[in-house]
Amino acid sequence: MTERQAVAREEVALPLVEVEDLSKIFDVSPPLLNRLLQGQGRALLTAVDHVSFRIPRGTTFSLVGESGCGKSTVARLVVGLHRPSGGRVLFDGCDMAAVTARADTARLRKRLQMIFQDPYASLNPRWRVADIVAEPIRAHRLLEDRQAIAARVGELLQQVGLSPADGTKFPHEFSGGQRQRISIARALASNPEFLVCDEPTSALDVSVQAQILNLMKRLQRELGLTYLFISHDLAVVYHISDFVGVMYLGRLVEWGEARALFRRPRHPYTRMLLDAIPDLEMTGRPRTPVAGEVPSPIAPPSGCHFHPRCPFADERCRRETPRPLATATGEVSCHAVEENRLPPVERAPRPPGTES
Amino acid sequence: MRPLLEVENLRVEIPGRRGTLVAVDGISFEIGEGEVLGVVGESGAGKSLTGAAVIGLLDPPCRIAGGEVRFDGRRIDDLPYEQLRRIRGRHIGMVFQDPQTSLNPLYTVGRQLTETILTHGDLSHGAARKRAVELLHEVGIPAAERRIDQYPHEFSGGMRQRVVIALALCANPRLIIADEPTTALDVSIQAQIIALLKRLCRDHGAAVMLVTHDMGVIAETADRVAVMYAGRIVEVGPVAEVVRRAKHPYTIGLMGSIPLVGYDVQTLTQIDGTMPRLDAIPAGCAFNPRCPQAFARCRQQRPELAPVERTDAACWLFRDGGRRHD
Repeated sequence: MTERQAVAREEVALPLVEVEDLSKIFDVSPPLLNRLLQGQGRALLTAVDHVSFRIPRGTTFSLVGESGCGKSTVARLVVGLHRPSGGRVLFDGCDMAAVTARADTARLRKRLQMIFQDPYASLNPRWRVADIVAEPIRAHRLLEDRQAIAARVGELLQQVGLSPADGTKFPHEFSGGQRQRISIARALASNPEFLVCDEPTSALDVSVQAQILNLMKRLQRELGLTYLFISHDLAVVYHISDFVGVMYLGRLVEWGEARALFRRPRHPYTRMLLDAIPDLEMTGRPRTPVAGEVPSPIAPPSGCHFHPRCPFADERCRRETPRPLATATGEVSCHAVEENRLPPVERAPRPPGTES
Repeated sequence: MRPLLEVENLRVEIPGRRGTLVAVDGISFEIGEGEVLGVVGESGAGKSLTGAAVIGLLDPPCRIAGGEVRFDGRRIDDLPYEQLRRIRGRHIGMVFQDPQTSLNPLYTVGRQLTETILTHGDLSHGAARKRAVELLHEVGIPAAERRIDQYPHEFSGGMRQRVVIALALCANPRLIIADEPTTALDVSIQAQIIALLKRLCRDHGAAVMLVTHDMGVIAETADRVAVMYAGRIVEVGPVAEVVRRAKHPYTIGLMGSIPLVGYDVQTLTQIDGTMPRLDAIPAGCAFNPRCPQAFARCRQQRPELAPVERTDAACWLFRDGGRRHD
C-alpha cells in the first residue's frame, strides 16, 4: 500500500510533457527560379529557437507572447503537426519523434488532442455534430457498437454543457461559444490526458470566454487533464495557468510558476507585457512606455533578441545570447538579471476590484 | 453648454426577406466637447452600427428608420449625401478596426494624406505635404519625411493604424469615431495606440466615440461609458462608476466575467446563455431570460434608461421600489 502510494506520488511529480531544446526552422526562400535569376539567397526563419520546458501532470502551462513569437508553432510541434528541426518532445517519457510504428503512433496520438482558435473553421460544416464528436472514437476504434458510440457522444455533449439532442444539428446552427464547446467535446472523445489549446477563447466575446474558461477548469479538475495553453491575453493566462512561459521571437525568455511570475516578473520583456495590460482598476499607475515593435523574425537582432527595445540593454546584450538562469520557480534568460542590473519590481497583488 | 453630438431615439433597421430586423432600437446619448465616450458590448449588440449610423456610413440594406443625429446643434442624419460627406471629412474623423482595409494599397501614404488635406482645407500642394509629414510625426512614425513616400504594405500593423489615425486627424476634426481601433493589434502596440489617442484628444480637444468590446481599453481611455445589449443602451455613466459600481445586472455580469491579473478566482462570473438573435429578442427587458434577478415585470414591460445613483440604468430593479410590487 505504502509502496503504491510512493509510486503514485512519483508519477505525479514526473512531468507529463517535456520539451527539450526544441527548434523549428522554416525555409521561406523565394522559388528556385527567382534565386537563380535574381541571385536571391535562401531565407530561413527560426520560428522556435532552443525552447525547453516541462509540464507537470494535471497542470496548465501557458505560452504567451505577441504575434509571430512562435507560440503556435510550439503547440503544433508538441502535438506532432510539425516535425522538429532540433530537440525533442517527450510525452510521458517517450520521445514522440522516435515513435514510428503505426500502431504506437496511434496509441500515442489518442492521448493528446488539440483545440483550435477558430471554431468556425475547425468544424466540418457538412457533418452533423454527433459525427464530428464521434470521429476520434471511430478513428481510434474505441467503440464499435453504434449505440455505444451514440451514448458516448451524448455523454460528451452533456459534459461540455450541450444537450445530447444537439448531436443531430449542424455546426452553423450554433454560436461561437457553443461551437468551441463542440470542439472540446471532440477533443475529449478519445479520453486524452493532454490537451493543447491554441487561443481557444480569442475569437469569443468576454462573457462567452468566461463560460469556456470555467468549463476548461472544471474538466481539468474532473478528468485530471494537463493543458498546454497558448494565448496572447495575459489576464486569461493568469486566470487559467499554473505555469507561464513568455516567448519573444522564437525564444522562451522566461518561465515560472504563474503567480510568482506575475508578481515578480524578471525579464524586461515580461515586465513590458504586464505593463501594457489595460488597467481596469484605473489606479493611474505609471507605465514604462516601450517604443518599437517586434522585429522581423527572418532577420532577428543579434545577441538578445529583445535588446533594441530593452531600456536596460548594454554592449553584452547586443553581442551575446543570454543563457537560461534558474529562478525560484523557473528560468529567465537575461544578462541584466544575471548581472543584477535591473531595478526590482514588486507588483502588489490588487485588492478585489469590483464591489458588488 | 450644448453637447457636440446628440443622438436621439436612433433606430437602425435591416430589412430582409423574412421581415425587418431592428439592430439599434431607439437609443439616445450625447458626447460633449473634448469628451471620450466609450461604447461597449458583445458582438451583435449594435455598437458598430450605431457608430456607422451617426456618420451616415451604414451599408445598405441597413438604414436609419427613426430618430435624430445632431452635430453641433445641426441635424445631420437627413442631409443629402454630398453635404454629409463634407461634414464628415471636415469635422468628423474615423478610425476603423482593420488598418489593412482602411488604406488604399495602390497609393503612397503621403498621397492619401495630402489628398485628404487638400479636399478639406485650402492649402497649396507643398503646404499640404508639409502638414502630412507633421501629422505622421505627431502620431509617432519615425523618419516621417522618408516614410511618407512608402506604400501601406511597407508599414507594420501598428504603424498602419497610426497612419489611419493621422488620416482621421487631417482636417482637425472635432469628433473622432473609433471603431475597435486596437482590436487587431498586439498588447504592447495597443498600449502605444491608446496612449496616442489620449494625447491627441487632449492636444486637439477632439471628442471621441470609442467603440470596443474591450472593457480594459475603455477603463483606460473613456470619460463616460455606454453599455449596449441587443440594440439598446442598458447602462450609461461615468467610467469609474460603471466599472466599480455597475447597477444593471448585465453590466455586473460583464464586469465579473473579465479575468484580471492579480485577482485570484476559482471560477469567473458567468452569464449563462447567449445574446438573443435579432429576430428573437424577448419581450420586456431583452436581458430577462439570462438575468439572475428577473421578475414578472421584466418579462412584460421594457425598461427605459433612468438615473440610478450616479449612472443611468434601464432596469426595473430600480424603479418603483423594484420587485416589491411583484
